[in-house]
Amino acid sequence: MNSSVIVFPGSNCDRDIAVALEKMQFKNQMVWHKETKLPKSDLIVVPGGFSYGDYLRSGAIAGKSLIINEVIKAANEGCLVLGICNGFQILTETGLLKGALLRNKNLKFINKDINIKVINNDTKFSNKYKKDQILKINIAHNEGNYITNPNHLKELINENLIAFKYCDKDGKINESCNPNGSVENIAGIFNSKKNILGMMPHPERMVDNLISNTDGVNLFSSLLK
Amino acid sequence: MKLISVKQLRLSLKKNKLKFSVTVTLKKDVLDPQGKVVQNTLQNLGMDSLKSVRQGKYFELEVNDNNQTQAEKKVDDMCKKLLANLIIEDYKINKI
Repeated sequence: MNSSVIVFPGSNCDRDIAVALEKMQFKNQMVWHKETKLPKSDLIVVPGGFSYGDYLRSGAIAGKSLIINEVIKAANEGCLVLGICNGFQILTETGLLKGALLRNKNLKFINKDINIKVINNDTKFSNKYKKDQILKINIAHNEGNYITNPNHLKELINENLIAFKYCDKDGKINESCNPNGSVENIAGIFNSKKNILGMMPHPERMVDNLISNTDGVNLFSSLLK
Repeated sequence: MKLISVKQLRLSLKKNKLKFSVTVTLKKDVLDPQGKVVQNTLQNLGMDSLKSVRQGKYFELEVNDNNQTQAEKKVDDMCKKLLANLIIEDYKINKI
C-alpha cells in the first residue's frame, strides 16, 4: 500500500507517522507542501504539528497551500485521507471535514495519555478494532475543542460518523473525561463517505511497547486489509 | 520612456489605495474562553460595571483600487476565503 505524508513548515509529527507507516509495511513518501503533484497514493496523511506556526488559526494557512488542492482532488476521488491533530485542523479548514476545532475549554495545552472509545469499527480505518474498545492514546494539542452546527452533529450521530469519543478508563463517556470541551466528547470523525478520518489523538505515537503501547497499531493494520 | 518624480509616483500610488480594517470575532453562540478570562480579571480589578468581553482579531488591509465598492468586495472575498472561518467566526469591514 502506498502512502504519502504531507510536510508543512512547522509539521513535527511527520517523521513519527512515517516510522509508524513503514513499520506497518506501507511504501511511504514524504511530500513537501509546495509540490503540485501527489505520488500515487492509497493513503494520504496530514500529520500533526504547528503548520505555519499556527498563524491566523491552526491549520488555516496550510489549508490553502499548493499541495492541498491535490489532496482535496484525491479525497473527492475516494483516496483515503487521515488527518491527525494539526492534520485534523487542516482538514476542517479545507472543508473536507465539517466543523471546526476551537481553543481547549481550559485554555491549556494538553499533553497526556487519555482514553478513547471506538464508536464505529465498520470503516477502512477502524475494522481491526472491536466496537466500544477502549484505547489509551496520547493527545497533545491546544485547539482540540470540536464544534459543529446542530444539523451536522445530528448527521454525525445518525450516520455513525463519529470515530472515537473521549472516555474514562472504564469506557464511561461524560464531561469529566472530556479533556478539551469537544461537543459529545468527540475525538475523531469521518466524512460522509468514510474515506476521510480526522482525529486529535496520536495513533502514530502508540505503535511500540518500548516507548508507549501498541493501541495505535490496529488503525494502520485496518488500512492494510 | 516617461519619467516621473518619486513624489508624483507616491501621490499616484496613494490615490489608488484604499485602506480597510477587518475585525474577526467568535460567533455569539461560540464559547470564547479567552474573552471570559479577560472579563473575570477586569471584574477582579474592580471594574464592576463590565458586562462582557469578547476577544477577536484585527487586520488592516490596503487595496490597490480607487473604487470603494469594488475594493470592499475584494476585502469581503478575502474575509470569506481566509481571514475568518465562517463556521465559528463573524467579521466586520470598515473603511479607514
